[in-house]
Amino acid sequence: MEERVVVEKIVKKYKTKKTELIALNGISFSVGRGEIFGLIGPDGAGKTSLFRILTTVLLADSGKSSVNGYDTVREYKKIRQCVGYMPGRFSLYQDLTVQENLEFFAAIFDADIKKNYRLIKDIYSQIEPFKDRKAGQLSGGMKQKLALSCALIHEPEVLFLDEPTTGVDAVSRKEFWEMLHRLKEEGITILVSTSYMDEASLCDRVALIQKGEILSINTPEGVREEFRRPLWAVKATEMFRLMNELAGDPAVASCYPFGQYHHVVLKTAGDDRGVLEALMKKGRYEQAEILSIKPNIEDCFMALMNK
Amino acid sequence: MKQLLIFVRKEWYHIWRDRRTLFILIGMPVVQIVLYGFALTNEVKNSRIAVLDESRDPATIKLIQEIGASRYFNVVRLIHSQKDIEAVFREGRTRMVVVFLRGFQDDLLHTNHAQVQLIADASDPNTANTLTNYASAIIADYQQSLNQGQTLPYQIKTQIRMLYNPELKGAYNFVPGVMALVLMLVCAMMTSISIVKEKEMGTMEVILVSPLKPFRIVIAKTIPYLFVSMVNIVSILLLSVYALDVPIVGNVWLLMAESILFTITSLSLGLLISNTAKTQQTAMFTSMMSLFLPTLLFSGFLFPVENMPVPLQVISNVVPAKWYYIIVKSVMIKGLGFASVWKETLILAGMTLFLLGISIKNFKIRLA
Repeated sequence: MEERVVVEKIVKKYKTKKTELIALNGISFSVGRGEIFGLIGPDGAGKTSLFRILTTVLLADSGKSSVNGYDTVREYKKIRQCVGYMPGRFSLYQDLTVQENLEFFAAIFDADIKKNYRLIKDIYSQIEPFKDRKAGQLSGGMKQKLALSCALIHEPEVLFLDEPTTGVDAVSRKEFWEMLHRLKEEGITILVSTSYMDEASLCDRVALIQKGEILSINTPEGVREEFRRPLWAVKATEMFRLMNELAGDPAVASCYPFGQYHHVVLKTAGDDRGVLEALMKKGRYEQAEILSIKPNIEDCFMALMNK
Repeated sequence: MKQLLIFVRKEWYHIWRDRRTLFILIGMPVVQIVLYGFALTNEVKNSRIAVLDESRDPATIKLIQEIGASRYFNVVRLIHSQKDIEAVFREGRTRMVVVFLRGFQDDLLHTNHAQVQLIADASDPNTANTLTNYASAIIADYQQSLNQGQTLPYQIKTQIRMLYNPELKGAYNFVPGVMALVLMLVCAMMTSISIVKEKEMGTMEVILVSPLKPFRIVIAKTIPYLFVSMVNIVSILLLSVYALDVPIVGNVWLLMAESILFTITSLSLGLLISNTAKTQQTAMFTSMMSLFLPTLLFSGFLFPVENMPVPLQVISNVVPAKWYYIIVKSVMIKGLGFASVWKETLILAGMTLFLLGISIKNFKIRLA
């Protein structure tokens, strides 16, 4: 596998007068060519810091990283020619129109819009009817599509997308990810961060990241397989009381709300269903429901976090 | 080249689409010139004075007429007793009272010695001084007219000629000052704000992750403001020639060239500020405090630098506006050529190169 992004023991600390915040605590991973690599983690996990280090706009305190074979510190100029970067915050010119934004970003990368149009055609054609509208007046989804178009117009070899789907509706999110898969076919390496756990399964590999540390790196299936204990979903009429009682019970390893259900993992393997039924009976819950389920990425994340 | 052109075009869109700011940028010099030209002038015109004439003889009546006829004075009150003098000043609108004692003409003709008293409101010392000088001059003129036909044994006549500004117009002083002030404000403040805005909006992050060289970013950012400044220079010069009657005695192109040089100095200062400022507010206040005030105080436009204590005079040397002010006065008002301002020009050029150099060198190629 041809490695396009290599991160070795990167540490980044933010110092203020009183406290020291560790944003990245010695993380390492690598991403191959044409791979969609997802960084999954909650806000404040260190995703944006990592993206900024890899796109050369921030210096790490220690550790080494390279993009496309170029060192992110020494050869930053070369990296700036071959990557596309879409920051988490909408970072286009709000007072320029859609087309002016695209032309500007094409120009600063010395790219030809006509030549590279095939890359952005699928997304840009959706916002083209609004090409004379100011970028600031676009909807959230359209803004992201424009930002992606601007990040892609110079045909980058590695694409960094920092939370591209935050604040975007479900349909646009789906379209966005379909787009990423088409770009992958073009051989573009994509690093994408998200705090939506359900998007993890759309990546080739994911790194679960929390408080500057990587909890796990695997394929989405691999991450799920790492979850070895049986997982149960329980539901009853009094969900709040159920939550408190389950969390307080010595037999329960973890319990957290997930949609309509509470997801429960027990400490002892064996007759799990029996234990849960006994608990529910003791508390006199009505319409009790106990299901055995397969873990999703979020369950894995919760389990890894509690380790 | 195309890269640079599109970047400049983008900057121009930013300026052009923010109509309110553009209006202020273009309108500010006009308003300043008009304000300084017509409202905030320190020239003395039509001052309200009162007269206490206890003799009422032909001589005093003639003198009062002479004083009232001059464009400096307006005789608005005749008062009748010494007690009223205080009262008139307390009302606050009268600047000076002329007092003739009883028997003015008699004294003048018989004893060759008459007295007139000028009482001025010196709470504004400069005006009081100017008013009494003007009044004394009028009285002296009258005295000379009395002596016509006679030859006095000893006589010294002072002949005064006000060079470059025979009418002693304040405009000759402040037009160069306003030019320095406006260029400094437009260029330095606006460039620093426009760069810091990109940092604030997050667009700088995207521009940084591109092959664009810092030098080009800086050049592209400044060109539109250079253009706005040129518009300002032209509008100030047009206003001063056609509205304030301040002629451009020297070479217009030399004046333009020097102004462009000073514009570039100000732009470099703006770039320097943008290197350190993190928010648009900081950029604005830094520009205000570190550029606007020194320009106002140390350029010599409001307060003569020669009168300042030596340490302040030394400080004034690092204020670019001081040199530009000297250049504009020399070229525009005195009509001197490049040969007389090459030294100042060289100093300005040196400052520009220095500032531009460090601001490009310190341009942040990363976020933190």
